[in-house]
Amino acid sequence: MDFNLTEERQMLQDGLRRYLADATDHDKIAATTDGPTGLDTPLWDALTEMGLPGAMFTEDQGGFGGAGFDIMVVAEELGRAGLPTPLIDSALLSGTVIAQTRPDLVEDLVAGRILGFAHAEAGARYDLSHVTTRAERTADGWRITGTKSLVQFALAADGFVVSARTSGDVTSQDGISLFLVPGDQVTLRDYPLNGGGRAAEMTIDATLPENALLGEAGTAYTLLDTAHARATAAQCAEALGLMETIKTLTVEYLQQRKQFGQPIGKFQALQHRMADVLIEIEQARSSVINLCGNLDQPERDLHVSATKNLIGRAARLVVEESIQMHGGIGMTQEYALGHFAKRLSMIDHRFGDVDHHLERFIRLSMARAA
Amino acid sequence: MDLGYTDEQKAFRDEVRAFLNDKLPKRLSDKVAGGKRLTKEDYEDWHAILNDRGWLGVNWPKEHGGTGWDAVQRHIFEEETTKAHAPRIVPFGLAMLGPVLMAFGSDAQKAHYLPRILNGDDWWCQGYSEPGAGSDLANVQTMAVRDGDDYIVNGQKTWTTLGQHANWIFCLVRTSKEGKRQEGISFLLIDMNTPGIEVRPIVLIDGEPEVNEVWFKDVRVPVGNLVGEENKGWTYAKYLLTHERTNIAGVGFARAGLSALKRIAGGQMEHGKPLIENPFFAAKVAQVEIDLMAMATTNLRTISAAAEGQAPGAESSMLKVKGTIIRQEINALTKQAVGPFAAPFISEALDEGSNVEPVGPDAAMPATQAYFNNRKLSIYGGSNEVQRAIISKTILEL
Repeated sequence: MDFNLTEERQMLQDGLRRYLADATDHDKIAATTDGPTGLDTPLWDALTEMGLPGAMFTEDQGGFGGAGFDIMVVAEELGRAGLPTPLIDSALLSGTVIAQTRPDLVEDLVAGRILGFAHAEAGARYDLSHVTTRAERTADGWRITGTKSLVQFALAADGFVVSARTSGDVTSQDGISLFLVPGDQVTLRDYPLNGGGRAAEMTIDATLPENALLGEAGTAYTLLDTAHARATAAQCAEALGLMETIKTLTVEYLQQRKQFGQPIGKFQALQHRMADVLIEIEQARSSVINLCGNLDQPERDLHVSATKNLIGRAARLVVEESIQMHGGIGMTQEYALGHFAKRLSMIDHRFGDVDHHLERFIRLSMARAA
Repeated sequence: MDLGYTDEQKAFRDEVRAFLNDKLPKRLSDKVAGGKRLTKEDYEDWHAILNDRGWLGVNWPKEHGGTGWDAVQRHIFEEETTKAHAPRIVPFGLAMLGPVLMAFGSDAQKAHYLPRILNGDDWWCQGYSEPGAGSDLANVQTMAVRDGDDYIVNGQKTWTTLGQHANWIFCLVRTSKEGKRQEGISFLLIDMNTPGIEVRPIVLIDGEPEVNEVWFKDVRVPVGNLVGEENKGWTYAKYLLTHERTNIAGVGFARAGLSALKRIAGGQMEHGKPLIENPFFAAKVAQVEIDLMAMATTNLRTISAAAEGQAPGAESSMLKVKGTIIRQEINALTKQAVGPFAAPFISEALDEGSNVEPVGPDAAMPATQAYFNNRKLSIYGGSNEVQRAIISKTILEL
């Protein structure tokens, strides 16, 4: 048993932490979110240089990582900085698909190319198999029509991995196919997100060549599930990083802020609540470790749901307690906490919320017992 | 014991309903129900409609142009207006300053300011909190130094809600540094157009500039604007806070929020079924509903005692704590209900007539905004920590 990071991962973590502490802050993130694409391109280039997308792929695939703990180390640091990046969408969601189906393109992703991931749809909620976008064979390729929702960093991407149904009912796991769609074949309506970054509603009416199909037609569900497991691990680790920063800000505030003639951190009522916050953040860390250690193991999905549920619960506690203990200043956009709290609060609104994963955990856990 | 309203109270409720049905403009109730931005004019329009009916001074006695209603009538009115999605009555002049002037103001002040509040001539804001005086309000540092017939005011107020619309501010200022901190505070009325006042908006985490910082630099305020006696302001401030705590339970808001939650969760489909039928989600909605049913009765018990003449004491602290927990839980569940579309924030879509459409369900963006905005409920008006301290000191005598 060893809970220490390998030397390489430790170096990556240290380097990222140092770099991000200087390179970004909540004001810059807000300005980028209001900017044209939601992406700070020079910053993304620098992170690419440091090996961020590369660490999401195995050496065999052309990267230098790819394991759960590589994802954890990187995503936690991005969370600590509160920084929205296309890492989850491009390197983990699209990247997992690309590594399996178009290994020749991994090189581009490692070099920082952004491939957006267009799977979610308006009526899907958190149902992974809900796909209404249609793909039909034509004489020499495919025609894809439909609409996708909440495609993150869409305006920063030059292409998209798009899910479309080639057969089956709207929610059937069979009949889902994946396609590589160039950016000029879609129409986007883009908007800012709470907690930073931008996303877009996407209208697709694309005529594509035969080789736009990624993998075999109609069998993409399993790959989608794997991609989402990896993305969820990253998102949970990101949440952990956000919690760590929020904890630091809140403890500092409890030490500095004086009311009734003493630092408010001297009030036992607040001490005990902050202690509970710390306990839940440590629980969150252990849960993320459980998930990242099981990402390539048979019980992956059980851990995905356990961790996403726990993170969702811990996130709510951390968000609400940190704002409460800050008082009015925690309610302002000007002070850093607001950004971190909002970003953390949005974690429960992607890849399934606390109830979605509680239900799934029960199902998986009962299946295991049977 | 009888849990129902009397026939008289039911008749009053019907009268309120008929009025709202007749006079509440659909334009305004649509905005409130849809979580759109309300402008200054929207509030003023609604105030004017209420004033025409004589129902604007909800907690004012008849002699000053108020309704003269008892606590139960006020409760019914609040419940019905919230249910009908009426804009809230902006409380600073009406619910806060008015009662203080009636109790402690001079005859000249009453004659001058009270009608102006009802007529909408003045928009008041509250100058209580300071950067160093939040929960510890007695720590106010804004100084008012006597100079001939004026006070010269220097300092800073903060969290001044809707101060951007105000032309007057009532302030707690320090007029003495002697003795106990509470004994050097005075209650001063200040014209916002006086030279030396600067208002700076503070954008909150829901993206709205709801509150402000107000700076005072050598602001000359006539001595005639002092309410009551110099250095007795703390007494008036506390009196005001008990009025601020009228309807502190927010039962009407909670009921409106709960019914919106059920409607929204009924319209969100999950695995082909409405979310409200998901037992995990339904259980949480049911829990908060059960809590609300009990809290509504706790509230009525307090109101009923008040109607019988007992002044509410630490009970209002109880209502504040439980009431805000319930409302915040409803906000959290509503945000959860809208699912992935809680994330987009398209500010322009909240403006009437902007023609910018939201994405996802119409309820999504207001749900997220309300969740973040209503974190304030447990912070303002005496934080829930302060309320718990009051309960343990006053009721439990610990």
